[in-house]
Amino acid sequence: MPPMIQAKNLWKTYGENVVLEGLNVTVEEGEFITMVGTSGCGKSTFLNMLLGTQSCSKGELLLDGQPIPAEPGPDRGIVFQQYSVFPHMTVLENVMAAKAFARKGLTGYLFGSARREAKEEATAILNQVGLSHALNKYPHELSGGMKQRLAIAQALLGKPRILLLDEPFGALDPGIRADMHELVLNLWREHKLTVFMVTHDLKEGFYLGTRLWVFDKLRQDPQAPGAYGASITYDLAVGQMGKKIYEEIDDNLRPVVEVV
Amino acid sequence: MQRMINMAPGRSLNLMLALLPFALLLLLYIVASDARLAENANDKLLPSFAQMGDAVQRMAFEPSKRTGEYLLWVDTASSLTRLGLGVLIAAVLGLLIGMLTGALPMIGAGVSPLLTVISLVPPLALLPVLFIVFGLGELSKVVLIAVGITPFIARDIQRRTEEIPAEQLVKAQTLGANTMQILIRVVLPQLLPKLIDAVRLSLGAGWLFLIAAEAIASTDGLGYRIFLVRRYLSMDVILPYVAWITLLAFLLDIALAWLSRRLFPWNTQGGR
Repeated sequence: MPPMIQAKNLWKTYGENVVLEGLNVTVEEGEFITMVGTSGCGKSTFLNMLLGTQSCSKGELLLDGQPIPAEPGPDRGIVFQQYSVFPHMTVLENVMAAKAFARKGLTGYLFGSARREAKEEATAILNQVGLSHALNKYPHELSGGMKQRLAIAQALLGKPRILLLDEPFGALDPGIRADMHELVLNLWREHKLTVFMVTHDLKEGFYLGTRLWVFDKLRQDPQAPGAYGASITYDLAVGQMGKKIYEEIDDNLRPVVEVV
Repeated sequence: MQRMINMAPGRSLNLMLALLPFALLLLLYIVASDARLAENANDKLLPSFAQMGDAVQRMAFEPSKRTGEYLLWVDTASSLTRLGLGVLIAAVLGLLIGMLTGALPMIGAGVSPLLTVISLVPPLALLPVLFIVFGLGELSKVVLIAVGITPFIARDIQRRTEEIPAEQLVKAQTLGANTMQILIRVVLPQLLPKLIDAVRLSLGAGWLFLIAAEAIASTDGLGYRIFLVRRYLSMDVILPYVAWITLLAFLLDIALAWLSRRLFPWNTQGGR
């Protein structure tokens, strides 16, 4: 059995600019990986490669031993920081659309018994994420946290094996964030997902999930900031890290953050 | 003293300020009209409201001596039919072209440059061509309106399609959607309110093309009538007709705005 995800000497360059260099990493099914790093360090680029919206310039990125498809597919669900839900559908319709898209067909609408089943399933999952009171609301009537709950419910109903989270809680208040962490952890366990989550918040990475990756540049050239790319500088198992290493990573990330 | 930029009228003052220019224009017209009519009772340039009332009575509520028709209503019906058909055709074509060129890069690459060039052709310059090809009947007038506003609607819808966040299209794909499903369930519904907006904006041009076509070759219609009675300097007919056309345009506009709010509640304040 090959590992679920395998990156072999992965590079990403835009012209002269190197974003990622020499990334080697393997991920087993069921891991929950949080990725931190400064802006522009390539963590979102890596997530987009997993998603299939960007391709690598050199090296390989394998899913079950096969190259990752070059376009998004139903095996990899995504929740973005925003614009993840369809503004013209109610909460219930948003989730039911996931069922409709999963079937072959031209219109993406459901009829008859398929519609009834989808409605039941959608209602159940909305109940699970705590949106049962807002089934007939439109996204613009929801708060930021509720929108993200909806986006997560929608992604889950697509039955993905991998769930990609691109700074999903970046725009939320701290209190609501804690609720969302709990929700994501519960869903991850229950649906046996493999999760990749990009975050700006190092603390989030330190207790959420099973594994923490820190993206950073190994080499710096002050005259040519784009000459060297980032790689994974820390690959840590969550729970085995002390305060010391937290401060060390925090120090490494902070100076660059302040310049930006 | 408060800064001018911070001073806003209250509710009643707002209404008064809004009505004031209308009242002033009306007053100006009445004074000028009276002055001219006092000088020469047969003056035709600035008819009094009584004269215009007589003309409206004649056009709208008495059968024409020649044909027995109530001219204002016949004119209105044929003009609105032409405008409606032309705009409908333009809306359907514009929506399809705009959506496909905006959403599918392969089609956009082939069609967008052509669309840009076509949108630069002045439609009125094509009117003789339309008359030659489609004859002087209804068809050429409807085609003129459609030809005139389709490129505008298509390009507007194309831009609106491109404005739909890529995240939504990616999300639909991660749920297993194919291209057709994305177009029909994600893109099209979000474009419909934008289409109504585009139609509202293009109605002004639509009226322009309608009246131009009617002025040149027609036997009825609002544009035909005002150009016909111009020969007799019948300002008492022309001015009420212009006011009537303006009222129709205004009513069409608010009807479309109402329809948009009614059909697409998610598109109102705070949507997106």
